[in-house]
Order: sequence, then structure tokens, then C-alpha cells
Amino acid sequence: MTDRYIDLVNTPLPGKLAKALGLPRPSVLRRFTPGEPVATQPILVTGSGAGADALAEVILGWDVEVRRHVLPGEKLSAAVVVLDAAESPADLSAPLLELGQAVKLLVPGGRVVGISRSAEDTTDPARAAARQGIDGALRSVAHELRGGATANGIILRGEATTTDPSTIGTLRFFLSGKSAYVDGQFIEVLALPEESVSELAASTAAEGEGIPDRPLAGRTAVVTGAARGIGARIAEILARDGAHVIAVDVPAAGEQLAQVANRVGGTALQLDITAPDAGTRILEHVGERHGTLDIVVHNAGITRDKLLANMDAARWDSVIAVNISSQLRMNEQFLGSPVFSSSGRIISLASTSGIAGNRGQSNYAASKAGVMGMVRAQAEAFDGGARTINAVAPGFIETDMTAKIPAVRRQVARRLSSLQQGGLPVDVAETIAFLASDAAAGVNGQVVRVCGQNLVGA
Amino acid sequence: MTDQVQAHNAPSTPRTAVVIGGNRIPFARTGGAYAYASNQDMLIAALDGLIARFGLQGERMGEVAAGAVLKHTRDFNLTREAVLGSALSPETPAYDLQQACATGLETVVGLSNKIKLGQIDSGIAGGVDSASDAPIAVSEGLRRVLLDLGRAKTTQQKIRILATLRPRDLSPSVPGTGEPRTGLSMGEHQAITTAAWKITREEQDQLAYQSHHNLAAAYERGFFEDLVTGYRGLVKDANLRPDTSVEKLATLKPVFGKDLETPATMTAGNSTPLTDGAAVVLLGSEEYAAAHNLPMLANIVDAEAAAVDFVSGEEGLLMAPVHAMPRLLARNGFTFDDFDFFEIHEAFAGTVLASLAAWEDEDYCKRVLGLDGALGSIDRSKLNVNGSSLAAGHPFAATGGRIVASLAKTLSEKGGRGLISVCAAGGQGVVAILEARN
Repeated sequence: MTDRYIDLVNTPLPGKLAKALGLPRPSVLRRFTPGEPVATQPILVTGSGAGADALAEVILGWDVEVRRHVLPGEKLSAAVVVLDAAESPADLSAPLLELGQAVKLLVPGGRVVGISRSAEDTTDPARAAARQGIDGALRSVAHELRGGATANGIILRGEATTTDPSTIGTLRFFLSGKSAYVDGQFIEVLALPEESVSELAASTAAEGEGIPDRPLAGRTAVVTGAARGIGARIAEILARDGAHVIAVDVPAAGEQLAQVANRVGGTALQLDITAPDAGTRILEHVGERHGTLDIVVHNAGITRDKLLANMDAARWDSVIAVNISSQLRMNEQFLGSPVFSSSGRIISLASTSGIAGNRGQSNYAASKAGVMGMVRAQAEAFDGGARTINAVAPGFIETDMTAKIPAVRRQVARRLSSLQQGGLPVDVAETIAFLASDAAAGVNGQVVRVCGQNLVGA
Repeated sequence: MTDQVQAHNAPSTPRTAVVIGGNRIPFARTGGAYAYASNQDMLIAALDGLIARFGLQGERMGEVAAGAVLKHTRDFNLTREAVLGSALSPETPAYDLQQACATGLETVVGLSNKIKLGQIDSGIAGGVDSASDAPIAVSEGLRRVLLDLGRAKTTQQKIRILATLRPRDLSPSVPGTGEPRTGLSMGEHQAITTAAWKITREEQDQLAYQSHHNLAAAYERGFFEDLVTGYRGLVKDANLRPDTSVEKLATLKPVFGKDLETPATMTAGNSTPLTDGAAVVLLGSEEYAAAHNLPMLANIVDAEAAAVDFVSGEEGLLMAPVHAMPRLLARNGFTFDDFDFFEIHEAFAGTVLASLAAWEDEDYCKRVLGLDGALGSIDRSKLNVNGSSLAAGHPFAATGGRIVASLAKTLSEKGGRGLISVCAAGGQGVVAILEARN
């Protein structure tokens, strides 16, 4: 499970050798530690317009130095390119060329974050070209960055502004170590209805200024497939953020499940999620013990790989049953119950296999692409309310599952991303915890890839 | 003055003690999955599964009571050590209890009484046993020599003491299931009782088959999903044979009672095997359960222990529950007809069948139990409906916890009243009543 090559290439002599031979030189990624500062060096905010100015004001409030232009030789923690006012492709020139100067000054683990508007929200061809152009430019920058730095984008939908709570929340996520393995991705942000903005402000004020240390305090979260791997890590991170976790897995994984529940101070619920009454039983458990179900993480999943020509019904059907049919059935039961919070969050595990396909995984890819279809349709139904549903699509993550890939293929798979390494379960978990928090209240129907900008499925 | 006020405030009628839930690890056959697990390991596993199920991490419970029948001397404080190894608060007090196979049930009785009296609000009762990791002692001769050596002062004294050592002293002393006062194994004792009550081989095999069938069906419908937590790769009781049949059981050779005049009827199929495992039950007052948003499966109504004179041969070794039962029923004003579920521990099929026969026997009930007539008969369809020890196995002290948790869950699902009967070595037995909450 450990990537020895990263350790090796980050020591002096082998590092030099790798450079001389033109071998990949992955960096040790900057990951989140509670209490970490937003930035150790100034943050550059480029772009002109009211949106950029307002955002620079907000960032100044974080006790961070803000630059509106690159100062020669001064290191930067991050560069935020605000392009929400771009009207034509020509408008991209100045801010992106300035970004080009800034990326040379980024500290290791630095961040580039673009903020722009959706091409889908305009009928003006020039404006749409400018907005879509930003997408291509930022993805390219992500490929070019080294030293564990990443580039991601926030896309404002509708009336959303650069200083909306969800824009700020998403920016904070991208700037933090929580997004270490999220690279070359775009998250769309919606303007929140008036009443939920004031509600959010009230809850944030109650927790203290800025982003609270325990953004999920008082929430009850269900995590399926929580006995090991990514699921266990999700349970831990949600608990770290203050949530009470109900760890769900099959009785066969009961021993590990109990260990996870005891580690995170939660409860273990043994059940098979493919049972017709699984959702109802989860609701009964939560209703009796906690009253309200706030967060659901559909993490449980299986693989039964075979080339389609050799696929049998048992392999196909079991993957579909566990990975997608169970989620559809449980969601229906949750949404029909008063126990599920009116501002409830559903986060579903998709996969980059579901985006790009994968040889030998037609069943798995069908189920994971299915998850994305389900999330988008359900998000439409949630539109205008306080509930959200999103998906997280992991790329190559170092787990027991990927440890079974033959050694050479595993090495190649690890290097096939902009960050030239596999991600860790914690990277997936941090993204899920972000989507479960108030900071992501305006993020709905998104598929966030946690893949280090994998060349597959990009 | 203050003391008087407090005395007035003490509850004049006892509170209700409820079963909140239970947890056990699957029972393993001796030398199987838990061959290298100690009693403490298994008890911690059972506790941690319970803690995880009910979110008790870091909680200071009123008290934890448990025990083991086969116990190492180093485990003198077994339950407290298990608490310290678990996710409970280290400030949770604990005590060990030992009443042979009735240990588990007796811990439930003891803690529920404390809850009823208001001495504690919550408790965990249970037991554990390992026949795999049994203590092996040195022989009595070697033990004396070693103790004397420790007290010797001079080399000469030491040599003199060592010279008294005999080769036979070097063979270890292994614990058995033999009764110290009769030298007979439990199986041989039961064989005498089985023969005395003329229990047939067919009846015994039928009961064993029913036990496996019922336990397998309970697993099949998910009954144990919130009662059992897997351990060391075992997910179900290793002794369970879902595909066994009366015909298959009939092919087994008798193992006990071969020296009796009557044909031997007791086989490995209708006797419980030596087993490893642990089981615990979460108990509390109604107020505790409500305050913690925990379920209340059943009330613990009453219990009665009895002992019989098996040494003289006047009564069978495992017949004590037969004596306890009429006393318990009379005290509570019940007959067998007032019960919907019966949990009679299957030490041997013959034990259950001899007990049933005794309660139905007018002459025996009058003569031995001092009743006016037969105590009554038990509807077999209400007996051990989710299987019992013949199928699950019987890690001595763990059986009581298994039975109480399973019966309490059955009562919460189906309603009604349940009766428990557990026999124990030394001619003892404990019976108890649980009741559904509505």
C-alpha cells in the first residue's frame, strides 16, 4: 500500500538520478492538519472587476497577506485568478499571463484557483468562448504545475458571486491541504436562497468566526462500507469534524466495523445494504438513537472484474445491486422519511472508471456511471431546497483493492496523473467531509474527482 | 437528619431492570478459530462489539460482571482486566463471578438486582470460556516441591527437597469436565439421568436436529445481525450444521453411557461439544435507557437458583433447574401456560428432555418436588425457537448471555413472556423470567 518510489525520489541522490533520467518525480503532498494556517506566504488575487476586489477584501480578513500583482521574487502560497467578468477570449490574456509569472513563485504544495462563470449560463458566443476557454487553460496549468501544487476552478452558476458563502467555502477547501489530491477539477457553486444564507450565517456565528474546527458538530452521519479502506477513513474524518458516525457494513466485516465505530466514538450497524429494508432499518436506528439523519455517505462498493465477453450474471448483477441499486432504494426510503434532515446531504462514491471506462470493468463502470446519473437527476429534484447530493469519483487510491493490481501495472497507474502518485483514502474522505459541510451548501449535483488529474478519465 | 431524608427518598418499590441489547462473538469449536485466543481476548472482543453497537465508548458503566469456568490463575481479575482492555471508561468497576455453566445467567440476575435496587443504573453482564486455552497446572507433587524450594535457605536443603521429586510428578494436571466428588464426567452423569427417564436416542437426535434447524433459520433471516459480531474470521457459530438431518445424526456412535445396562443413546451429535466464546448483555434501568436513547428489549422479572444432591445419586447432576422452576413459578403466580417462549439450555439433548419429562411426571412432581401434581408440559414449538447450545455450542460461562440476549430480542419482536433454564456443574441450576415491554 505504501508507494516506496515517492520516498526514494524525495531523497537527495536518487532524486538527482531520477531528474537526470527524466523519470517522474512525485512530491510528498501537503495534506491537512487541524489548525493549519490558510497560507504561509501571500496569496495573489489577479483579475479586475468588482468580484476580484470583493474577494481580495474577504481574503484579507483571514489574516493573510494579499497581493493584487506579482512582486518579483516574492514566494506565493496561492494564486486566485478571478475571471467572473470575462466577456471575450481576449479578456483572458492579462490575468493568465500574470498567472504564468505567479506559478514560478508558488511554494511547494501551492494552489492555483480560478473563479469564473458557467458557459452554460450565457447565450452570447464570445462570452461563452471566454468562459469555456478558462476551463482549458486551468486544466493545462494543472498539468504543468510541479512540487505537489494543484490548479482547480470554481464555476459560479446563476446569480452566485465571488463572495457567496459557498464560493468562499469551496475556495477554502481548494486552498487547504484537504484538497491535496484534487487537481484539474471544477466545482460549480449555486447562489443560496436568502433564508439559508442567514441560517448559515447564524450557525457559523454560533460556532465562532471563520471556518469552525468542527464543521459537522451535532450532525449524524451514516457511512456504508465503513469497516475498512476508504470507508473507515471517511468515518474517521467525519468524526474529526464533529459528526456522530453510524458505521454500516455487512456482518462478515463486523469485527473491523466495531473497531472503526469504537475508534470514532460512533455506533456500528451491521446490515446488508442490498436488503430491501436496509434504508428503513438505518432510519429506525438513527431515529431511535439520534432523531435526525443529516449526512449519508454511500461508500459501500464491490468489484467483480471480467471482460464483458466472459462476464456472467452473478458478477454483473451483484456489482449493480451493491453499487447502485441499493443506493437508489435507500435514497427513496431516506427522502420519504421525516428522520432525514431538511438540509440533509447525500454523497455517493463514483469512480473515474465510470467516467472513462476501464477494461474488465464494464459492470463496475456501469454502476459508477449510474451513480453520477442518479446524483445529477436527484440534484435537479433538490434544486431550490437546502438538501444536496454530490458524487466523489476517486482515481487511483492506495487501498487493499489497488494493492492487488500487479506490481508493474500498479507503478504505471500511480504515475499516470499530474501529481504522479496514487491518492490516499484520506484525500477522498476530506472531499466528502467538505461536501457534507455548510461550506458546500451551494454545491449540488457535482461529481468531484479525487484523482490527481489522472490522464484516464480526464 | 440528612440520612433520614435520603432514606425516605429511596425507592420503596424496586425499579424495573431492562435488557437493552447484547453481543457475542460466534462460538468456535475447541482448537478452531479461537485456539490461540485467551479468555481475556474474547471477553474484550465481546465487550467492544457491544460498545460499538450502542456507542458506549468512554462511558462509565455502573458495573460489569462476568466470569469464566476454566480460568487461569493470572486471570484472577478477568472482568476488570477486560474492561481496561475495552473501549469503556477505565473508571468502570467490575467483578468476576463463577457458578459453572450458570455463570452468565447469574451475572444478569446479580446486576439486574442492583439496578432494581437503585444501586446502579447500567451494567454489562456476561461470560467467556475457552476450552482451547485451558489452564494446565503442574502436578500436586511438583507444586509442593517448587513451593518448598522457594522457602529453602541452604543449598543442602534445596538438594534434599529436589531428591523427593518422583518422575510421575512431572506430568501436568489437565482440567477435565469430571465432577470432583464422583469422578464421573458430566456426560456420564447425564447418561444415568437420560436412562432413568427412558429418553430415547430418536428423541434426542430430533431435538439436536431442531436446534441446528432453528439456529440456521435465525441466521438466515438476519436475527443475529445485532446480536453477534464476528471475531478472528469467524462470522457464524462454527458448530452449526445447517444441512444436518435426523438420519445423519442417527449414524453417530454413542459416546456416553456405554457402561450402563441400558443401550447407550448419547452421541457427539446430541451432546454439546467443547467450545470457545464470549457473550455479554447490556442492562439498565428504564431511566438509563430512555436518557441514552437506547432500546428496551425486555424486562428482567425474577430468577431462582437451586441445587440437588447428585453425589448420593438421589438426583441427576443436571436436574437442579427442575427443582428451581416450580419455586420461581409459584412466587410469580405463573404456570407454563403463561409463557410464550422457553429457553432451556441444551447441555445435552437428554438434559432438556429429562427436564420436560420430570415436569410432566405427576408422581415425580409430588414425591420429589413436593407439588400437588405434575408441573405441566411445554409446547415444543415454543422451545428454543432460535436454536440453542447443541447447535451454537456451549462455552460454559458465555451461554447465559447468549440466551438472555436472544430471548430478549425475540420478546421485543413477538411480545409475550419467556422462561430460561440453565443447568450447571456441581448439581446447580438457575431459572429466570423475562417479559416483553408491552
